[in-house]
Order: sequence, then structure tokens, then C-alpha cells
Amino acid sequence: MPANSSETVGADVVHLVDHLFRHEAGKMVATLTRILGFQNLHLAEDAVQDALLKAMQNWAFNDVPRNPSAWLMQVAKNHALDVVRRERNFRSKEDEIRICFEHCSDEQAGSVHFDDEIRDDQLRLMFACCHPALARETQVALTLKTLCGFGEEEIAAAFLTSTAAMAKRLVRARQQIRQAGIPLEIPSGGELSLRLDAVLQTLYLLFNEGYKASHGDELIRRDLCQEAIRLTLLLLDHAAGNRPKTHALLSLMLLSGARLSTRVDAEGNLLLLAEQDRSRWDRPMIQRGLFHLNESAAGNEISEFHLQAGIAYCHCTAESYAVTNWPRILQLYDVLVETNHSPVVALNRAVAISKVRGPEAGLNAVKRIRDRETLESYYLLHAVVAQLHFESGDFSGAARHFQRALELTAVKAEQNFLLFRLRACREQKERVRP
Amino acid sequence: MSQQSNDFLYLFRGGADPKQMSPEQMQQNMNKWFAWMGELRSQGKLKAGQPLGDEGKVLSGRKGQTVTDGPFVEGKEEVGGYLIVSAQDLSEAAGMAKGCPIFENNGTVEVRPIERIPGM
Repeated sequence: MPANSSETVGADVVHLVDHLFRHEAGKMVATLTRILGFQNLHLAEDAVQDALLKAMQNWAFNDVPRNPSAWLMQVAKNHALDVVRRERNFRSKEDEIRICFEHCSDEQAGSVHFDDEIRDDQLRLMFACCHPALARETQVALTLKTLCGFGEEEIAAAFLTSTAAMAKRLVRARQQIRQAGIPLEIPSGGELSLRLDAVLQTLYLLFNEGYKASHGDELIRRDLCQEAIRLTLLLLDHAAGNRPKTHALLSLMLLSGARLSTRVDAEGNLLLLAEQDRSRWDRPMIQRGLFHLNESAAGNEISEFHLQAGIAYCHCTAESYAVTNWPRILQLYDVLVETNHSPVVALNRAVAISKVRGPEAGLNAVKRIRDRETLESYYLLHAVVAQLHFESGDFSGAARHFQRALELTAVKAEQNFLLFRLRACREQKERVRP
Repeated sequence: MSQQSNDFLYLFRGGADPKQMSPEQMQQNMNKWFAWMGELRSQGKLKAGQPLGDEGKVLSGRKGQTVTDGPFVEGKEEVGGYLIVSAQDLSEAAGMAKGCPIFENNGTVEVRPIERIPGM
């Protein structure tokens, strides 16, 4: 073991950086796959799991080593080398792999060169995980598993699926990586732009998975948002990823993420934008979001991320709900629906329309949503329609739709919210009754 | 004739299955061990201890001629590590073990007095 008493820190100051294992796992898998080849991803993952296990078993007894990252990497490399020595199919490459590992150990952890190398390893892995040969959901799951160090159970929880199903998906992904011979490289030339779009889309989905309040464990969801932001920052740090639309995506994440913690009250009940305590929005995060929104204005491409960040900007900079610049938000939605045909975007646009032109206009816009039937089983459609009825004074209609929405969600916070709204409908009805 | 000493051995068996744990869960599990062992240490009760690797050999028979590879028992019975603590008596030593994080994962702690013959 590289740990001995002279290399360790005092027992009283045991405090590991939050998510240290998770982040180190991501870095180690990135570096190990570069050396072992992407087709040997499982071997890299095993080596990392083994290193973390040894740390878990040893550090509590022998204190934390002075350089935890280097300790973990060394143990993971030892494990990988053992396997390489044992397994026949590595025989011809054994020397090459050993030289790579030795070169790796010579690098001074923390030096600029070393940091750049780790960043590049992670970027290569990011592009590989988002390879078009893999399905979208697989790309996101694989990114979480390899780059973010999430466990299968945690990914399954984020996607509301079973651990077994997620494990199966990842096994299949590793097979596809081998069969398709997906390379570990940062694409260049004409290919870069397309591949970068795929990476941005995956990071966007990753963030959204965490941001949508629809299901799952609150903590895991917050972690997903943080991971999406971390990886987008990593992408921005490299010439291949540093594009206006990457800034736009990061801006969108920051401007949305800044409001994350105010979306529920102390009891975990959902709060509408109008009810949120704006003084608790994360101002420094909003400032960072504004910085990247400015950066995103370079060039002449207006991506979907630009538009969505623009909408988030309007919400973040409004001092109160009442002074929200709805006409501006509606303008942005009008452009957004031209390229993004998602009925969910159209539903959000209908809300903006109602704010500018009144609830009836909003209801009409809902009726005109293309592919509206795909939203029929979506609780939010009925909640929006109910709210618009409520605002137009039709409390019976509102109650009917809130009831329908209630039947469509299994999430406690959403159910509580809808029950609360249903009560409001009843109270209003009684008030107007002569 | 023997007399109970003030040193006790904790033998840890079973506990979390690391193959099923995510990095985050491993870090959290380790933090609990830090907290529990740190408490023992700060009270001056922790004397020594080490985790054990999962490989091993068992020698038996005449002059240890029979050698078998371990681990030799089911995972839940395998000793994963030990501590030596000091306590007034067995019941205090057992009480001190109650905060051990291993119980969250169905592991066990065996508490044994380390015997010392007086006058030796």
C-alpha cells in the first residue's frame, strides 16, 4: 500500500472533499480507458472500483493519504496491470501499457500539464460516450456511470427505472462500444461541430433530468445538475468545446440552477414561480449565468440554448413575479417553437401567451398545440389548463382539470400541490355562490 | 488462572458489499467509520487495528501440510478487519462497539477480551 504513517495527515483533520470518490472515479476511468482502450472500459471500471474499495477499507484505519488522488490512481493502476499481466489477450500490448502507466506516475499531480492531460482524458471520454452509435438514453447513462462516477442504482433512481434494467443497459452499451469500435478521441474538422452538438444535447438532458421536479430523490437530482455544470465547464475549458452555444448552455444551467432550491418549501411542497422566495435565489450563480450569456453572444448562431437561457434570464432578473417581462419571454418562445417542436415547449409558450394576452388566449394556445395528444397523460398539461380556467374564473373547469392532473402523478410533492389547488377551487366556488 | 485484561479485540465480519456500492456510497460508508473510530481515538480507547485483505491461506494437518486457499467461509462470515480497544470490562467494550457502522449493512462485531496472565 502506498499509504504509510509518514504520508498521512493527522487523524483529527479527517474531512474528505464532498464527492471526492465520485469525481476521482470519473477521472480515473477517463485516464485508464485512454491507456487500456475504450473497448476495455469494464476493466477500467473494475480497477477503479477496487481502488475505491481499498481506500474505504484502509483510510479509516490508517488515515487519509496526503494525496488521495495519487493514492487512488496508483492502486487502480496496480490492479489494471495485474489484470493485463494475467490476461492472454493483452500479452502483445503489455509492455506498451506498462510504459504508459509509468509515464502517468511520473506526472506530478496538480501540475498544469497533468491537469490538462486529465481534462483531455475526460473530454475524449465525453465525446466517446456521446457517440451517435449509442442511443440518447444510453449516452446519458454512460456519461453518468463513467465520467460522473454514479452507481447503477443512482442512475436508475434518476431515470425512474430499476437497477437491473439500468445494469442491463450499461452492459449492452459496453458491447456496442466494442462492436462499433467507438474511438476515444476529440473529433476535429467538420466532424467536431456535429459531435459537439451531441455532447451538448447529452449534457442538457443530464441537467434536465436533475432539474425537472417530477420524480426521484431530491439529492440525486441536485447532484445531476451539478455534474452537468461541471462537465460543461470542462468542455468550455478546451478549444474544441469553447463555443458560443456551450456558453449558452452553461448560462441556461446556471440561471436555472440558481433557483433550484426555492422550488419547494420546507415541507417539500412545490412552489410556483410566483410563490418562490426570490431573495433566496443564488445571486452569485445568477451572475455567473449572466457572464456566460454575454459570452454566448459572440458569433451569429442562435441555438436553442441561447433562447432558453434568454427566458431564464428574464425570470432571474425580474425583481418580482409581477414585473416579469412576459412580452420578451413570449418573443423568445415564439422563436423557440419554430425550431423545437416539442409539445412541452409549446405548452410553456401557452403560459407566456396567457400572461401577455389573458387566460382565454392561453387556453386557445393550448388547444392549438401540435401533437397535443402526446401530452394527454402528462400531469402538467392538465395543471396548466386548470390554472388557466381558474384565472378566467371557471372554478368548476379548473377543479375538473386539477383532478385529472392529480390522477396522473405519483409524486407526493405534486399531489400535495394539486390537492391544495383543488381546495382553492372549492373555496372560490363557495365564495361566488349566492 | 487468568484475569480479564483491559484490552479487547473487535473482529469485524460481513458488512457492506462493496461490489454493489457506488463511489458516493463508499465515501459515505467510510465517513461513518471515520466518525466512529475517531470517537474511540479521541477518548484514548483505540489502540490498534487494520483491515484484512480478502485473500488468504489456511494451513492444517500435520506440520501444516494441508494448505487451502481462502477465503474459506461465506462472505458474511469472513473477517474483514480488527481493532484493539481498551475498556474497563467486557460490557463496556461491547457497549463501545454499538456505534459501529457495520451494523447498517448486517455485519457483526465479535468482542473478545485479550487474555493476559498476571505476573507474566
